[in-house]
Order: sequence, then C-alpha cells, then structure tokens
Amino acid sequence: MAKLLKKVQLENPQIEIRISGFGGQGVILAGFIIGRAAALYEGKQAVLTQSFGPEARGGSCSVQVILGDKRIDYPYVVQPRVQVCMSDEAYRKYGGYLGPHAILLYEEDIVRVNREEVASWGNRALGIPATRLAEEVGKRLVVNIVMVGFFVAVTEYLKPESAKKAIQDLVPKGTEELNSKAFERGFKYGKKILSQINKDRSSG
Amino acid sequence: MKKTKPKPKIKELVHLTADPRGVLTGVHFMNGDQAACEGALAAGCRFVAGYPITPSTEIVERFASRIPTVGGIFIQMEDEIASSIAIQGAAWAGLKSMTVSSGPGFSLMMEHVGLAAMLETPCVFIDVQRAGPSTGLPTLPGQADMMQVRWGAHGDYEIIALVPNSPQECFDLTIQAFNLSEEFRVPTFVMMDECVGHMAERVVIPPADKIKIFNRRYTTLPPEEYLPYRTGKDLVPWFVKAGTGRRFHITGLTHDERGYPMMNAETQGKLVRRLVDKIRANAEQIVRYEEEDCEGAEVVVISYGITSRVASRAVEMARKQGIKVGRFRPVVVWPFPEKRIRQLAGMVGGFVVAELNYGQISLEVERLVAGKVPEKAIEKRRVNQPGAATAKSD
Repeated sequence: MAKLLKKVQLENPQIEIRISGFGGQGVILAGFIIGRAAALYEGKQAVLTQSFGPEARGGSCSVQVILGDKRIDYPYVVQPRVQVCMSDEAYRKYGGYLGPHAILLYEEDIVRVNREEVASWGNRALGIPATRLAEEVGKRLVVNIVMVGFFVAVTEYLKPESAKKAIQDLVPKGTEELNSKAFERGFKYGKKILSQINKDRSSG
Repeated sequence: MKKTKPKPKIKELVHLTADPRGVLTGVHFMNGDQAACEGALAAGCRFVAGYPITPSTEIVERFASRIPTVGGIFIQMEDEIASSIAIQGAAWAGLKSMTVSSGPGFSLMMEHVGLAAMLETPCVFIDVQRAGPSTGLPTLPGQADMMQVRWGAHGDYEIIALVPNSPQECFDLTIQAFNLSEEFRVPTFVMMDECVGHMAERVVIPPADKIKIFNRRYTTLPPEEYLPYRTGKDLVPWFVKAGTGRRFHITGLTHDERGYPMMNAETQGKLVRRLVDKIRANAEQIVRYEEEDCEGAEVVVISYGITSRVASRAVEMARKQGIKVGRFRPVVVWPFPEKRIRQLAGMVGGFVVAELNYGQISLEVERLVAGKVPEKAIEKRRVNQPGAATAKSD
C-alpha cells in the first residue's frame, strides 16, 4: 500500500481525502481530527471543507481534507486519493469514482459494495466493521474515531501520536478514554489487514 | 486667547497592543468564520449585535460563547436593520462594535451603512458573501456584493473594505478593519466569502503584546473649544467621551462642525467633500495589495478572496506552458489600488480579472487601464457558475 501511494505522491504532492457518511456519524469531526493532526502536530499544510445545508443535518454528509507540504491553493477535492465511505449512499455517490491511484475505505457492515468492482480494485479497497468495533469498545457513537484509527493505520500519512493528540483536543471532556480505545481498535484492525496484505505479497 | 495644551501625538495615544483577555494566543485549526471572530476579540470588539445567517453564523456563534469570559455583550437582534443600528449605539457609547451578515441581511443594513458614514461611526461589518441575488445559494460562495458594499447606501460617501483569502487572513484583516475603522472613523467591511468562511486551516494567533491596536482618539480640548466635527489635516474628527462636560449632537441630517443640522449647499459641500476626501486623500496609506511577477508579464491575473487561490493554481498551470503570467491581489479592495493598476497598465500585455460574479471589480480595472492596453487584452473571466469556485486552465 505504502509503495503504491509513494508513486502517486510524486505526481501530485497533495493528498486529497474525502470522508462521507450520514449526519450523526461524526464524519465532520473525523475530518477535523485528520486536518488538525496534520496542521498542528506534523507541520503540514491542511485545508478542510465540509458539506453544509440540509444534507449535513441527517442526510448524507461529507468532509474534504487536503494535506500537503506547500500551501494548498484550491481547497476542494478534485481527485481523491483516499475515499472513506461510511454509508451506502456515500458509496453510491462517490465510491464509483475511485481513480486509478486512489484507495477506498468503507464500513463493511453498512456499505453494500459491488463485489466485482471491489475485487477489481484488489488491495485498494479495504473494509472495516467500524460500527461493530465501536459497539465492542463501548458506544456506537465512536464509530468515526474507529474509522480515523483505521485510516491512520493503512494510509500511514499521519503518526498515530498526532492523531491521538488531535482526538484529545476535539472530543468532549470525559470521553477521552473511550475515544482513545476506539482509535486503538481501528488502528489495530488496520495494521492487521496491512500485515495480511504484505504476507500475501511476499508469499505470492 | 487662552492657550491650550498641545495635542498629544497620535502615536503615543492610540498605538497600543491588544487586551490579552480577548486574545486566544496559540496555533489553531479553525475555519475562517471562527478566525474572524477571534480577530474581532483581539482587536478589542466588545459588542456584537447580529441576526445569524448562513454562511456567517459561526462568527456570532463563537462570539456569543466567548464573550462572557472576555467581558462584553452579544445580542441576537430581531433583524439585520436593528443589528446595524445597535452597533452604532454601542460605538457612540464607547465600545468597539461589529455586526455580521451575508447578502440578504447585508441588503437590509444598507440604510445604516449610510448613517455610519454620515455620523462617522467607527464600526465593522462582516459580509460572508454567498451567491445571490435574494436567497440565492446560502451554502455556496459568491463575490457579487463588491459593488454593493461601495455604493449600497444613497448619497456620496467612501468606505474601506478588506478581502481575506484564508482563515489566517480572516483573523489578521478583521483586526486591521477595526484599526482602520477607528483611525478614519468610517464603517469598515470585511468581505469574506462562503468558501473562505467555512474552510478550516492553520491559524496562528500571536501573543497580545505583538498585536497592534489603534484605539479611539478622544479629544483633549477644553469643553468651550471642542467641536464634534472639527478636524485637522487628516480630515478625521476626534471623539468625545460622554459625560466629560463637552456637548455633542449627532444627526444624519447634513450638519456643521457643531453637529447641528444646517440645510444649505455650502455645509453639504464641506461635509460630504470631507467624508469622501478623508478616504481618497489617505488612500495610499490604506491600500494594500500583493503582487508577483507583474512587471513585464504577458498577462496579469487580478483576483481576490477565494478566487485568488483558485487563480493561483491556474497561473501555475499557465507558467508551466511557458506563458509569463503575473498575479495581483488587492487585499484592501476599497479604496482600490488605482495608482498601481495604472502603472502596471503600461508595463504588461493585458489583464484577466477572475471573480465570482458577472463583472464588478473588472469594471474598475477596465476604467483604470482604458487606453493603455488594447481593449481586447482586458478579459473578464466571469466564472459562469458563481456557486462553484472552479480551477479550469483557461
């Protein structure tokens, strides 16, 4: 995964990320955690834009984050490098636009993927039962943090410490421990998948 | 004649640093609206009256939650008309004040923009522009209020308007707006757009003692000599503190130096000429712009606000194709950087004006460069979807 992404990085130094789901899943907060971690704790440039209006209040909802080393002029996502889909609708809206060098992360219990399509993407489409993992940690509410953990693990764009700091800054007081557990859960799940991929690669 | 104390030097009196209570020093990841609110607090704004409207809501939302700890007042008013007059009451009572809106609300405020210009009330308006007319596109950017802010109220007057293109500038320029508003006693406008208002980026807020603040200049003349609208060379009258024994009277009617209504052409000429001249004569001091590789360029792209960032990308693309492209961004849009644009007109092949409207600042550029560049060489790149900032290579 990292190898594949490195090649792309040369062509476009900016990393465009879109996280989408439905209102209430904490999609926007997930975007703010990634943006804050990059801008405050890694010295990177980060721009975040989000969906507004009725669609962000219960319907489908998305947040776009662009990371880079130089100042980012254009704040909207044009060609996402990472597409995170947390709802079926989001997948149908954005999932199909996966560019040749992009990866898709999806909530595998919620998103009904097109099996053939996903198979053709191979290791570039990775699922996680984020809601189930969040429930195991203690509350379904922290599904977004599980997803952030997963994101950090498989993309390797951010150091886990930076993301953890950003999470502590942004979650409500009294929920720090729960959220930190949720992050670890998603992170570990991601690392497990990565090592599986590497094992397959070396054996095949 | 009785000898009076010499006027204290302006610098000693007014150039102070920010009150640390309002300054959230540190590095933040926040959107433009929130940064503008922090800018207002850092500048010393202690009164906001507003009628929240998308996409400016986050400014007042944050102000309402921050102000109790800083010490000040936020009022959610019955409408924008009331908001735009309440801030003037607060200003005359001694506070730095602000109101915040977007197109539909901004239209309602126009009458009081004229009043603020006439009374010379220092106050700040933030317009987070969305696409209009009317309700338009509440959650998408526009830049079509650029002429409204200059000409929206009736009669002759001048204002100052600044246009940020990043959350950091929303912070910096809001402070600047308060400073200019106090220095020139003029309503001052921060013309943001939905995109800049809603996008989040790193915002660095310096320590309070590094933030320069221009505070209100109060008269030191004895009561018998003080006249509320008498001015010196800079054409800006000094304020009076209520309750210090000096009389003052303010009215939207044409008034003389005493502030009393005076219905004749001579007073009108003197007063309104001064209202206009205090900005025009000081324009060189107020104007601020950014330029890059303009002299000798085949084409100079002029743009402001979010469009300037989109244009930057287009400029990079054009440069890769070997075209000599310059970039010009007015940071203060009113007064317009006339002198510099006139100079550049003789040195460049042509201009492209990129803005999210069907031609506003482009008219100003056309006027300034007429006769100096071929007519065909002025291109107005009217972005045909004012809702969506696009970065097309053309």
